[in-house]
Amino acid sequence: MISFARVIFPVLVLGSLGLLFGMLLAFASIKFYVETDKRMFMIRTILPGANCGGCGFPGCDGYADGIVSAGAKTNLCAAGGADLASGIAKIMGVESEISAPMRAFLKCKGSPDASKKIAVYEGIDDCRSAAILPGGSPKACPFGCIGFGTCVKVCIFGAISMIDGLAAVDPGKCVGCGACVSACPKSVLALSPKTSNVQVLCNSNWKGPDVKRVCSAGCIGCGLCAKNCQAGAITVERNIALIDGSKCTNCGACLAKCPAKCIGYLIPIPEAVRESA
Amino acid sequence: MNLLFIFFGSIFVHNILLSRFLGCCPFLGVSTKIETAKGMGAAVLFVTVMAAVMTWLVYNFVLIPLGLQYLYTLSFILVIAALVQFVELALKKINPILYKSLGIFLPLITTNCAVLGVAVINMNEKYGLAESIVNALGSSIGFLIAIMLMAGIRERIERNTNIPECLHGLPIGLVTAGLMSIAFMGFTGIIK
Repeated sequence: MISFARVIFPVLVLGSLGLLFGMLLAFASIKFYVETDKRMFMIRTILPGANCGGCGFPGCDGYADGIVSAGAKTNLCAAGGADLASGIAKIMGVESEISAPMRAFLKCKGSPDASKKIAVYEGIDDCRSAAILPGGSPKACPFGCIGFGTCVKVCIFGAISMIDGLAAVDPGKCVGCGACVSACPKSVLALSPKTSNVQVLCNSNWKGPDVKRVCSAGCIGCGLCAKNCQAGAITVERNIALIDGSKCTNCGACLAKCPAKCIGYLIPIPEAVRESA
Repeated sequence: MNLLFIFFGSIFVHNILLSRFLGCCPFLGVSTKIETAKGMGAAVLFVTVMAAVMTWLVYNFVLIPLGLQYLYTLSFILVIAALVQFVELALKKINPILYKSLGIFLPLITTNCAVLGVAVINMNEKYGLAESIVNALGSSIGFLIAIMLMAGIRERIERNTNIPECLHGLPIGLVTAGLMSIAFMGFTGIIK
């Protein structure tokens, strides 16, 4: 017969052991109580939690800590955008600084058809490895997208895919954190304000004839776009046109004039709409 | 001399990860970067040694006198969980710098089987307090070495896309773990 004590005794022992530890922890939580700023917790809950590091802090926890204890700016989170910036500002009781939401785009149209190749790269399938070899690129143009997809790997939002040997940023998914921009060894990715939809899709600083020799879709720095831009948003420096996204009205006048066809829409606009505009 | 055998034996011959196969969860989960692997390894070292002392005390001064040895799993888990929580609280207050480097890993190993495993091994081998501590130290140093080697290999693998698509990430991690384990089999028999 199982005696009653043989059942109840272990329960009592283990129970009191548990009680002892429970009391120890309760005691410890009072004794070792650390004052943490409530605002840090509140900010952390409204941050997206993607831990992309786009703000320059190690993850969302680090950013929340940075805002509260180091006085970091409230608008550094690209993934959260303006809503989040004002939310954080409200918690911190400061004026929010709204930054224009950005998105990444590729400054290159040098698909295999357009851009000449000078070498075949065999090695670790990563732009960073390919770019450190002599020549810097398997393409004849040393400025263009190499196409091994380092940006695809670093984009935690899945916004970049390789299409036709070039990185294609999905404007719908891109939050503008800039991880790809800093990872790209060719600096061929850039950020532009979400409001601007027209960009020069070339990264080459070479002179016109040199560009034409290696790529049929490169900017030759002729300056026709700058002359035709009514908003004065385009400047040509170091043989390449640059569109200031904050001034650009997306009228598309430059697009029509560009002889190299290297200016493009970031979000494709249907042909019919383009005609009527 | 015996302590020396236990120490090196638990690092190489009976490596907690690669020959006892305990604690495989962090071994695969936290081994993508050397930095984080180091943090995890250090946290395991810290907790395992403390847990070995605590469980030895509980086993020898509570369970044996009361004749309740069969409750060891339950009470060890209780001890370790409470201990980890306590350490986390105390560390936050006493040494915030150490807390920052270990803090995020501590809750992860509350119920880690490597920590419990070492405690159970100590019990099964009928180790004394000094032997238990040495075994815990050796086991967790073995853990640290194994997880950092793994992280080093995986950091390199990560960039190399010659690996077939279907093996990326965890699958190649498991293959690597298997090969490492085979390599560690070479130590078998050096110390009994």
